Amino acid sequence: MYSKDSGMSYAVQTFNLSRKFGNDRIAVDSLSLKVKAGEIFALLGPNGAGKTTTIKMLCCLLKPSGGRAEILGKDVQTEAGKVKQVINVSPQETAVAMNLNLFENLYLVGKIYGLSSRNVRQKSLEMIDLMGLGERKWDKVKKLSGGMLRRLSIAMAMISDPEVLFLDEPTIGLDAKARRSLWKMIESLKGKKTVLLTTHYLEEADYLADRVAIIDQGKLVAIGTPDELKQNMGGIMTITIKTDHLNSTAAEGIKKVYPLSETSTTGLVIKGKDLVFDDVIDLLRKEEVKVQWLAMNEPSLDDVYLKITGGDEADEIA
Amino acid sequence: MRSLNLSSRVLKEVYRDPVAIVLLIFPPVLFLFLFSYIASSDPNAPSVFSPELLVPGVTVLSFGFLALFAGMILARDRQSAFLARLLTSPLKSADFIVGYMIPFLPVAFLQIIVCTAVGMILGLSFNTGVILSLAVFMPIALVCIAIGVLIGSVFGENTAPPVGSLLIMVISILGGAWMDLKMIGGIFESIGYALPFAHAIDAARVLYGGADLAVVTQELTVIVLYMLASFALAITAFWWRTRP
Repeated sequence: MYSKDSGMSYAVQTFNLSRKFGNDRIAVDSLSLKVKAGEIFALLGPNGAGKTTTIKMLCCLLKPSGGRAEILGKDVQTEAGKVKQVINVSPQETAVAMNLNLFENLYLVGKIYGLSSRNVRQKSLEMIDLMGLGERKWDKVKKLSGGMLRRLSIAMAMISDPEVLFLDEPTIGLDAKARRSLWKMIESLKGKKTVLLTTHYLEEADYLADRVAIIDQGKLVAIGTPDELKQNMGGIMTITIKTDHLNSTAAEGIKKVYPLSETSTTGLVIKGKDLVFDDVIDLLRKEEVKVQWLAMNEPSLDDVYLKITGGDEADEIA
Repeated sequence: MRSLNLSSRVLKEVYRDPVAIVLLIFPPVLFLFLFSYIASSDPNAPSVFSPELLVPGVTVLSFGFLALFAGMILARDRQSAFLARLLTSPLKSADFIVGYMIPFLPVAFLQIIVCTAVGMILGLSFNTGVILSLAVFMPIALVCIAIGVLIGSVFGENTAPPVGSLLIMVISILGGAWMDLKMIGGIFESIGYALPFAHAIDAARVLYGGADLAVVTQELTVIVLYMLASFALAITAFWWRTRP
């Protein structure tokens, strides 16, 4: 049963959710979120922003100091037993039983969630294949690489077929290839499961998330789809130019028109609101800059994140 | 049933760890052979080194290693967040206690069998008392397992092993495994008999001597009370450590 609000189904809702440690450290500060059923929702924020604390409260591991939270309409404090039936989590640490093999780890979790022996056996083998770990299924997990352990950890979170899946830094420490492979797997859950993930990788949130919430010092500072967040940057664009023919006169001329331009070892970077490509090209020709290549970029989630969480020069523009 | 799945996993962690197998079985066997050799080669060796007196002492001492491993596994699960993963599952508090304690019961039984078998090789005569001693050994094994859960709940992965080793030392010195506490007397005797280990060793020795269970009721009562108290402490510590 999903919570409904104006006809919208929400799988996860927090209402002024707060958590203090000791008397003075506020890890989560009046956080109110609504995660739609079936969406992939990313919590972004710097270290210590309160992402993991939020996940722990939603998973019934940590008692909120204030406010409340609901998973599929069930209160995480008063109905923890019911909440635990419908969620599963892949913690930030890999959290596997090291002396068991891959199959046994999955089998254990499946049985704990009440799956029948036949069902859990079949699902364990399916998950192992889905994660591309078929050749290692009988190996003790302490012999696996970090990437394989991470995939196993996510498989353990998925084997109970949870309606809400929490992934705390699912790709931390993985190389680019392993990360991409996990992204594909998480992306396949879109529309089928509600996934709430925390990540440090903005590219990951951009790729995977239907919506992103940026939290800083425990507070929600921005929320929206990645595109909405980028649009809120006020149309700041970047043109990166590689050139061997940039003299100081030309650089100064460009800087007069685009004050935020910067020279670099390979050329220059022009930043500005609503940059018009032709205008920039005309200026470069006027200043007799011979361009080797150039690239025009819309604002990235990195720009949004830096602007929101701390003192990027974009502040000056927007 | 869910707790049995956790039990099965903990048991696998024990028997797949070669160090665990060696420490749970090898030291008692070594002690039995060593002290028996001393007794046979030195006519002035203390009478406590005879198999009837030595086997109960070494058996109870071997249970100290159960506390060590129960504590280590729980502390490791806590530190590695494996326990956190399990705490988000539908497992209930009782499932965790059963899950972390039950697997050590068959291990304790194996230790009793091994110690008794080695004792018989060294001259222990098999009688009803040897079978009846299970009624003393199993509760004191449960005391040690509960202390292990207590250690694993309170201490971290690096601190749990030395604390477990401390318990083994306490059993060794204050349990009267290789010295008669009554002969030592004084504060050692008082502390020794304030703890359950000396009672268990004494009770098993009396049973080995041919007495029936009724004779050791007083010792058995102390052990059972300690068992209940250690359970209460272990459950409280686990609850305190894992509460949201």
